[in-house]
Amino acid sequence: MLEKALQGDKRYWTWIGILVVLMAIAGIFYIQQFNKGLTITGLSRDVSWGFYIAQFTFMVGVAASAVMVVLPYYLHDHKAFGKVTILGEFVAIPSVILCMLFIVVDLGQPMRGINIMRYPTPNSLMFWDLIALSGYLLLNVVISRVTLDAERRAVPPPGWIKPIIYLSIPWAVSIHTVTAFLYSGLAARTFWMTAVLAPRFLASAFSSGPALLILAVFIIRKFTKFEPGQEAVKKLSLIVTYAMLINVFLILMEIFTAYYSNIPEHMNHFQYLFFGLDGHNNLVPWMWTSVILAVVSLVLLINPSTRNNNRTLGFACVTVFLSIWIDKGLGMVVTGFVPNPLGTVTEYWPTIPELFISLGVYAFGLLLVTGFYKIALSVKEDYQLKEEKHKKVIARTSGA
Amino acid sequence: MSIDRRKFIKMASAAAAMGLSGFGAFERVLAEDIIPEELPLTGKRWAMVIDIRKCAEQEDCHECVNACHFHHNVPDIESREEEIKWIWKEQFHNVFHEQSYKYIDEELGHQPTLVFCNHCDNPPCVRVCPTKSTWKRDDGVVMMDMHRCIGCRYCVAACPYGSRSFNWKDPVPDIDKIYEGFPTRCKGVVEKCNFCAERLARGIEPACAMACKHDALTFGDMADPQSEVRKLVREHYTLRRKPGLGTEPQVYYII
Repeated sequence: MLEKALQGDKRYWTWIGILVVLMAIAGIFYIQQFNKGLTITGLSRDVSWGFYIAQFTFMVGVAASAVMVVLPYYLHDHKAFGKVTILGEFVAIPSVILCMLFIVVDLGQPMRGINIMRYPTPNSLMFWDLIALSGYLLLNVVISRVTLDAERRAVPPPGWIKPIIYLSIPWAVSIHTVTAFLYSGLAARTFWMTAVLAPRFLASAFSSGPALLILAVFIIRKFTKFEPGQEAVKKLSLIVTYAMLINVFLILMEIFTAYYSNIPEHMNHFQYLFFGLDGHNNLVPWMWTSVILAVVSLVLLINPSTRNNNRTLGFACVTVFLSIWIDKGLGMVVTGFVPNPLGTVTEYWPTIPELFISLGVYAFGLLLVTGFYKIALSVKEDYQLKEEKHKKVIARTSGA
Repeated sequence: MSIDRRKFIKMASAAAAMGLSGFGAFERVLAEDIIPEELPLTGKRWAMVIDIRKCAEQEDCHECVNACHFHHNVPDIESREEEIKWIWKEQFHNVFHEQSYKYIDEELGHQPTLVFCNHCDNPPCVRVCPTKSTWKRDDGVVMMDMHRCIGCRYCVAACPYGSRSFNWKDPVPDIDKIYEGFPTRCKGVVEKCNFCAERLARGIEPACAMACKHDALTFGDMADPQSEVRKLVREHYTLRRKPGLGTEPQVYYII
C-alpha cells in the first residue's frame, strides 16, 4: 500500500518539495538550538514555556478530534462518515507524532528524553501524557491499517478490531484530558488552575479538528476524483457549530468567574490577555482577533443558510480554526506565566529560529498527512472506480 | 571507541587477572579519603529563618548571595531573562504581594527580602518531575539531580515561588572563578538552592547563613524544639510565602 505515496504528478512532488525545504530550514535552526541551547528562543526565566509547548497542546486537540468521526461511525453506525473516518484517523496519527516532536524540540537536554521511560514517575502527569499519547498513536495506526486494508480488498474488517476501535474512543478523550491536567493541576499558575480547562480543551478540539477535516474534504474534492460525501460535510459542520458554541460558552464562564469574584490573581491574566497589564500588551491584538473570528464563525455556523453553503462554510471553518489556534497556540500557555510568581510581568514573543523550527515540525506533519491521504485516497479512488464500473455493467445488462 | 570480540576478551581477562592479584585498574581508596573531616549535620526538618529587619540595616549587603553563588558555581549572567539565581533579593511587596496593601509603610514595601527555594514539605516541583530528577530527602531538603534532568521545565512551571532557574545556555563561561568543590552545570538543565546539602554532609552550615555577619539568616532543625530556628519562630511572629497553597514552605520571615 505504501507505494501509493510514491506515485504522483508534478504538483504532488512540488508540494512535497516545499515541505522538505521547510523541514531542512528547521533542521538547520534546530542544530543551532541543539548546540547553543534554548537561549535562541524567546523564552525566559519568567516565561519558561512558549510556542513549542503551545503547539503541542493545540495538536493534542487536533489528534483527539478524530473521535468526532470515529464515534458516530462505529458506535452509532452513522454511514455518512464512512468515507471520512479514515481521513480523521490519518490526521490523528501525524498530529500525535507532532505533539511528541514539539515536546522533544522544547527539551533542554533532548538526548536524555529517554529518562522519562527509564525512571517512570506515576505522580507526574507528563508520564501519563506520554502513555496516553503513545497508546493513542498505536491504536490509530492499528485501526487505520486494518480497516484500510480491508477496504482495499473489499471485505469487511475483521471482528477483533471492533473492541480496539471502541477503546480508541475514550482514549481520544483521555489524551486531551491528561494534557489539560498537566496545566490545571498547578497551584502556582492560577490562570490554568481551573476545572473547566479539560472541558474547554475538548470543546475547542472538537470544533477546530472537524473544521480542519471539512477543509480537507474541500481540498480533496479539488485535487482528486474522490468524493467524501456532502452528507458527511453537513454532519461535520453541525459538530463544529455545537463544539464551538460550547467552547465560547466555557471561555465566558472563565471570564465571569474571574471578574465577578474580583480576585486579582484570577483577573490579572485575563487583563493581560485582553487589555494588557502594566503596559505590556503583546497578546492584546491577537486575542481580539481571536474574539472577532469566533463571533464571525458563530454567525456563519448558526445561520443554516450560510452553514449549508460550502463557500461560507469553508470560510467559517477557517475562522474557527484560526480563532482557536490563537487562543490555544498563542495565548493559553504564555498567559499562565504572566504575571510571574513575584507579580512582575515579563513578556514573551517567539524568535525567528523558534518559529522556523515550529514551521518545520508542522511541515513534517503535513508531509505525513499528504502521504497518508495519498494512500487512503488511492485505495478509495480505486474502490470508487470499481464500484462505478460495476454499476455501469449492471445498468447495461439490465437494459439489454 | 570500538573493540572487537577478541580484543574485548583479552582486555577482560587482563582486568580480571589484575583484580585477582589485588592490583586493580582503579586507584586504591583509603577509608580516610571518603570519611568527612567532621560528622555530617543531621536534622529531621531543616529550615531557615530570615530576619529582614537586619537585612534592612545593611542596605548594600550581598554577602550571603555572593557566598552561595561562589560555592555553587552560579554564573553571573547579565540578561535578566536568562539569569541563574539560587538566592537573591526582591522587594517585600513582590515577595508577599498578598500581604501588601496601598497604605503599607513605604519602607517595608520596598524592603529587600531574601528569596530562595523554600524546601517545601509538599513540593509541587517534586510532584510534577517526570524523571525523579528532583526529590525531597527525609530531612526536608529538596534536591536536584542536574545529571538526570531532561530540561522539560515542568518544575519551573509548578514552583509557586519562582525559585527555579533554567540554563538557557552553557553557564560555564559566565562563572567568574570556578570553585572546585562543586560541579558546574551544562546547558538545558534546571537548578536551584540545595540548602547546601554538600556542606551539611561535611558538617558545615549552609554558605549563606555562614556568610551573614549580621545574624539575619539562621539555619536549623525545625523539628527540634530546642533549636535556634524553633526558638526564633516561637519568639517572633513569622511570615511564610503563599501559605494558602499547602506547600508548607520552610523558610520563615521575621518582619
